[in-house]
Formats: sequence, structure tokens, C-alpha cells
Amino acid sequence: MREFDYQRAADVAGAVALLGADPDSRYLGGGTNLVDLMKAGVERPARLVDIRELPLDRVESTPEGGLRIGATVTNADLAAHPEVRRRYPALAQALLAGASGQLRNMATVGGNLLQRTRCGYFTDVTRPCNKRVPGSGCPALEGEHHNHAILGASERCVAVHPSDMAVPLAAFDAVVRFETADGPGELPLTEFYPPVGDTPERETALPAGALITGVVLPPAPVAARSRYRKVRERASYAFAIGSLAAALDVRGGVVHEARLALGAVASRPWRAHAAERVLTGAPATPETYAAAADAELAAARPLPHNGYKVDLMRNLVVAVLTELAEEAAR
Amino acid sequence: MATSTSSVVTLHINGEKFTLPVDHRTTLLDALRERLTLTGTKKGCDQGQCGACTVLLDGRRTVSCLQLAVAAEGREITTIEGVADGDRLHPVQQAFLDLDGFQCGYCTPGQICSAIGVLREHAEGRPSAVTDDIRPEAGPPPLTPEEIRERMSGNLCRCGAYVAIVDAVAKAAADPRATGAATVSEEDVA
Repeated sequence: MREFDYQRAADVAGAVALLGADPDSRYLGGGTNLVDLMKAGVERPARLVDIRELPLDRVESTPEGGLRIGATVTNADLAAHPEVRRRYPALAQALLAGASGQLRNMATVGGNLLQRTRCGYFTDVTRPCNKRVPGSGCPALEGEHHNHAILGASERCVAVHPSDMAVPLAAFDAVVRFETADGPGELPLTEFYPPVGDTPERETALPAGALITGVVLPPAPVAARSRYRKVRERASYAFAIGSLAAALDVRGGVVHEARLALGAVASRPWRAHAAERVLTGAPATPETYAAAADAELAAARPLPHNGYKVDLMRNLVVAVLTELAEEAAR
Repeated sequence: MATSTSSVVTLHINGEKFTLPVDHRTTLLDALRERLTLTGTKKGCDQGQCGACTVLLDGRRTVSCLQLAVAAEGREITTIEGVADGDRLHPVQQAFLDLDGFQCGYCTPGQICSAIGVLREHAEGRPSAVTDDIRPEAGPPPLTPEEIRERMSGNLCRCGAYVAIVDAVAKAAADPRATGAATVSEEDVA
């Protein structure tokens, strides 16, 4: 591991000033991904700015009826928060489905959004990777890609975003707030992660040196009946091979409102607007749910070894929406 | 700005203070084992995947292999050496002994520290990924074997002593001494 300077920030402005626009510096939150990548040589910062003691550890209701979540709230504390469990249950479920109890106690909301892909070529510095070394190539296209992207990928990169938390955040129109030397800014989560295109190394739209200060969830009454379902290769403590955050409001047998986001299928949490358009105003039946899934997955371009994900996601959409509708009817 | 690649830190471990210079690259795990001869905490994968290095940080279970020692300054660190009450074993330790919750024993300190964290989290009413009804109104789920398995999934045991580990955690859960029987309000998890 490269030697590095360590500074502990006392306030947000101080943290941003300490980091400056130095591309060799990193903010340190829980460190569960960053320290691991530093050991692997993927990350080689010259300075860490520790932000764990910043006063960003609160979850508060907004006057409009949403939630404001501080960037240093741990995954464990956010999952346990009564208002998250009441008003956005899919978010609590997604957090609880991620990592292990120990890691959830360390990991923070800001760090979760910034975590890097677990593509084995990205994390192995002896292999080419366009995300790690732009222009070096992508061995996953011809190699191990059974858990890679089926939506929105490019010839340069087919890696998936690993976050569970970000999937319901995308479904619920979360907004990421950040601070820069020039003042505060914000980005809707769906714009926070740009399309891969030709620049897989550019993973977020954050300005250089920006510090994520929190996430705002707008009020979403539909989210009170929501669910996160994660499919993985073992029952616990594994990354998703496909996941779904869904919320459904059925009135008189007709879908009044639906929110869907897919996980582990793209370089970013995949908000399923095409599926939502099919669902809204349609009869709440398995046929509608299947048509919605098909509308979203029409854009899927699977690789030779991950075509199973198309069927997996279709089945997941139908199963979870059916469960939500049955739950509403009880 | 002056930069430095090492610092003198004071770590609060098991009620004692230790002041030592550390290279910033030093993990808490390596500081405990190599610098402070607290070798009860074990190094397994060193990648945050096996749980052998689990310690309690401000009462919460964490993996010490991904925790930089310099960033642990000012926090209360409890290792396996500090969980007993003098000569009286912690109820989780006693339950692991009574029910043979191990074979080779290498993962055991991490299993025990993790289980202590689990019992506190459960006593606070925190749900898990297998909790059917996570609404706060539903109250804490019964600590079934399924709940224990899910909550302990961050601790691997290569000997496969899981059956007895689950039994030991369930037994310890019945002992009010195991959780400190703290009642926690909604504000505390905010």
C-alpha cells in the first residue's frame, strides 16, 4: 500500500478545504470499500480526509414529508430507523440485504453511493480494465461476465453497480446533496450516475473534490407499500445477481402508481420508467406485470453468459408486484 | 500543507489507554496483534469477508481488518480479551464453551464478539433481512435460528461448527447479562 497522509475533518467546509481538488486525495467514511481497494492497489491515495466525525449523522423528516439522511449515517442505523421502516420499507430491506452486520455498522450512506464495482477485472491490478486504466481494454467481454450488465452497458465496460441501497433510492427519486469549495449542489440519483458510454472511469457526475453531505428522499406515499427482493448465489452476505425495488398502489383493481428500479443489471441502479408507464392505469394482473417487465427488458443486450438475467428480472418483477398487490388486497 | 505518513495515536482498548506511533497504513487488526500483543483477535482473510477479526467499536461489531488504527483514535475498542467480567466469562463465551460452539477455535473470538453485537442489536429491536415484518410497531422478531444465522452470516467457520454456534447464541440470548438489558428508544437509533 502506498504511504498516505491522514487528516480528520471537523466540519464540512474544513473537509472540502482539506481535500481541495487534489485527485490524489480521498474522503474516508467507513472505509469498508476504500481500505480494501487500497490493500489491493486499486486505490492509491496520497491523503485521506476522515469525515466520520462530521455532523452528518442524522436522519430527519423534511417539512414536505420526506426524509433527509446525512452522509455519515451508517447503513445499520439507517436500516433500523423507524421512519425508514414505516415510510420506505424497501430501503430498509435493501440495506439489510447488503453485506454483513459488521460491514453495515461501518459503512456510510455517502460511501455506499460511491462504492466501486466488484468486477473481478477491476479489482485485479494485473489485468486490463477500462474503468481502472482507461483504454487498457475489457477482459470481461470475452471472459468472466456471468454477473455483468444486461442494460445500458458499452463496448468499454459491462460492470454492474454493486449497491443494494441505491436501488430503492433510485425508485423513490432520491436527490444527492454535496458540498464543493464553490458552495453546495445537488443531483437526482438517476443523474448522479452517468451512462457508461466511452468513459467508464467517470462513475459519478460529482464535481471534483465534492463531498456528499446527504440524500433527500421526497415524500412518496406509494413507498409505504414497497419491497426489495434480492437474488444471489447464497442466502446471505453476497452481492446481488439481480434485485428489484418495487412500490405499488392499486385502486379498484387498477394500478394507480408504480415505482420500479432494478439492481445488478447495469452500471447504475436502473430506474424502470418504461415498465412504470405500462403499469400506470393498467389492470393489476400478472399479465400487466409481465408486459411491464418486457417493456423494460426490450433494451437488454445480454452477453453470452448472462442471458439468464433477462428471465430472472422478468420473473422478479412479476413475483414482487403480485405479492405487493396481494398484500394490498388483504 | 505539511503531510505525514505516521501519527502518534492513543487507542482506548478494553478500558485501558495505549499510546503508540502508527504508520497510517496500519489496520486496527495489525495494531492489536503486532503492536499491542492482543492476539485474541484473529486475522483470517484480511479483506472484510470472514469476520475472524471482529471487535466492538463503541459497542458495535466491526471488522478490524478494514478499520485503520489512526481512524480508531477516540473510540472505545473492545476485543475478545475485554468481554469477560474479571474471571467471570461473558455469557456468550460461557455458552460457546457449554455447547461446543467451535472446533479449531480460530474464528471463535470473532464469532463471540459478533454475537455480543448481535444480541445488543436485537435487544434494540433492530430487524434483519429475514425479519418478516420490519415495521417498528411489529416489535423485535423472535431470535429464531433463522434470525441468528442471518445476523451471524458475516462470520465464517471453516470447521462448519455452525449448528452449535447457533445454539450457543440462542442460549446466551436468554441470559439478561448478555445484552446489558439496555432499553433503547427510537431516538437512539436515529
